[in-house]
Amino acid sequence: MSERVYIFKAFERFWHWSQAALVLFLMFTGFEVHGTYVALGFEKAVGLHTIAAWTLVGLWVFAIFWHLTTGEWRHYIPTADKLLVMARFYSSGIFRHEPHPFRPSSQNKHNPLQRLTYLAILVFVSPLIWVSGWLYLFYGQWAAWGLGTLSLDGVAAAHTAGAFLMLAFFITHLYMVTTGHTLFAQTKAMLTGWEELH
Amino acid sequence: MRSLLVLAVTALIAQAAVAADDAKPLKLNTTADHAKFKELQKGFASGPEVTQACLVCHTEAAGQIHRTKHWKWEYLNPESKQTLGKKTILNNFCISIASNYASCTSCHVGYGWKDSSFDFKSEQNVDCLVCHDTTGNYKKPPGLAGNVVTQDTEFPAGSGKVLKGIDLSQIAQKVGKSSRDTCGACHFFGGGGDGVKHGDLDSSMAAPDKALDVHMDASGLDFTCATCHKGSSHDVVGSRYSPTAKDGKASAHLRGSPDNTANPATCVSCHSQAPHKQDARLNQHATKLACQTCHIPAFARGGVATKMSWDWSTAGQRDAKGQQITRKDAKGRITYESRKGDFTLAENVKPEYMWFNGEVKYTLLTDKVEKSDKPTPINRMGGSPSDGKSLIWPMKVFRGKQPYDPVNKTLITPHTAGNDDTGYWKNLDWDKAVAAGMKDSGTPFSGKVDFISTEMSWPITHMVAPKDKALGCTECHAAQGRLAGIEGVYLPARDANAWIERGGWALALLSLLGVMGHGAMRMATRKH
Repeated sequence: MSERVYIFKAFERFWHWSQAALVLFLMFTGFEVHGTYVALGFEKAVGLHTIAAWTLVGLWVFAIFWHLTTGEWRHYIPTADKLLVMARFYSSGIFRHEPHPFRPSSQNKHNPLQRLTYLAILVFVSPLIWVSGWLYLFYGQWAAWGLGTLSLDGVAAAHTAGAFLMLAFFITHLYMVTTGHTLFAQTKAMLTGWEELH
Repeated sequence: MRSLLVLAVTALIAQAAVAADDAKPLKLNTTADHAKFKELQKGFASGPEVTQACLVCHTEAAGQIHRTKHWKWEYLNPESKQTLGKKTILNNFCISIASNYASCTSCHVGYGWKDSSFDFKSEQNVDCLVCHDTTGNYKKPPGLAGNVVTQDTEFPAGSGKVLKGIDLSQIAQKVGKSSRDTCGACHFFGGGGDGVKHGDLDSSMAAPDKALDVHMDASGLDFTCATCHKGSSHDVVGSRYSPTAKDGKASAHLRGSPDNTANPATCVSCHSQAPHKQDARLNQHATKLACQTCHIPAFARGGVATKMSWDWSTAGQRDAKGQQITRKDAKGRITYESRKGDFTLAENVKPEYMWFNGEVKYTLLTDKVEKSDKPTPINRMGGSPSDGKSLIWPMKVFRGKQPYDPVNKTLITPHTAGNDDTGYWKNLDWDKAVAAGMKDSGTPFSGKVDFISTEMSWPITHMVAPKDKALGCTECHAAQGRLAGIEGVYLPARDANAWIERGGWALALLSLLGVMGHGAMRMATRKH
């Protein structure tokens, strides 16, 4: 009999997957606008990128409200507890089939490395993308807002930098998902809410 | 019942009125039927005779014309202090009018400007008909100094070619407002032929369809030239000598009002600064781009080719019999003439683009030119991304080689047209032609003739396409789009920060390699 623990609530799962889809789509359209490839056509890519961005803003409004009202924001408080243990596990223990040092629970969903990563995304990458993205969107209002000295080069560079960081996170995230108790344990957890702990 | 009766009576009266109209046709598009004027009901032997008749009523008209560029062919640029105008400037088409007056002044709004002795104070030498003809029969043949022929005349004398005389009385009785045809009679044919010079003005604009020009569309809005180039006192506004590159007016401004000093021929004068109602982003584009940049996707779109280059240095070839040669391309367009040299022509031409603030500095006869591997600009277009006065404009850049004096280092005004023994077009002798031409323009000539590469820019502003034919995003938002090389503006899909680009892809690649390496080690150490 395997041990199961309920970690991800319905809203959280909805948030995760819709956000994942939006971020992927934003990267897909964003890099087209950036000129990396031609897929949907520039005009369409710009339009859809903008719509997807505002949709994500809407999703975040709900997510922030949810985190604040449920107290779930506590899962992103960084901790040094077991940080080194986790690091050691990923860099060596995992190859020697040592047992996973972190046991998730509804009170403590993320291992300390996850906590740090997500916090970094929240504190550095997201603001970089959001602030530069909004400025990009409201380019026409810069003069009226007293931002006339801002250059589109700089704003675009910041937004692109944010996109690359997100891309790097996405690649790593996709892989780290397989490092749970089993290859698919974490994916299953994000789908059903239940994580199986052997 | 009573009201029905009233209605019936009213209808009857109205019908009677219509019947009266039928009996005596009434012109509704003018208050003066010139056919009814005694002054015009007679034969006219020359243009000035017609003008004298016009001036009987239109007492101020000639004086008004005397003040204009159309009459003086002279313009003092208030910014650069350069004296410009056709009388003074050179171009890289037929080069200059000095010593070629009789030919060039067939496009002067006057009669008899055959040399520098022309009387610019003469009222009767003002040509009213060239702008006010509505019959299409008025013709000013080249070579007659702007005069018209009223009887069949052999010209040049002894050539066997006959110029048909025109009936000035009939033309004078039907005068009206200027039209695309009257303006076009000269402006469509600038540079010596249909569409040669401008690229956005040619005979296809006499009755364009909507696709060619959304405003002049003959079966639509049907604008004439004067709808936009609306001035007063016979002074036509909107000249290329000092164009308005960026109309700074906050909104649309009243066109044609005497106390409105703004240029009425700009797009903004009607459309305002924010004409795009659907997509505000397009209005933002208009802070960097001239309207014309997107809304004129190409010039020479009406089926008339425009000249794109002219190499005078190859002129002068003769065939085995010593005769002048003409060569044509597959479409029958002339690409070589002994008297002019080699040409290239093109239709549907994508403009070149540059920052332009409306300041145009000409290279005049008094300016020194230096032969180098870069072409000498005949006109220098001012502008930069940061001067606050510039927009990115579409241009026709006309390139060529033309004669210059390598010793005095000046451009040259050759004597080309004319049935004499120095005119180049007849004799193909540069030395004589240049000596005669430079003498006429009063410029020292060393006796040496060489050729220099030149280029001249012409802002493109006509042939405005319907909005669904305006440029799509990727015409510019692409690595090698139309605005490749235009500096001072960040174009998504064209531009990127090189450091972030390198760093970003390196980070993504390292992440990928990292997880692949980690995954491979997990696979390798897997328990079987």
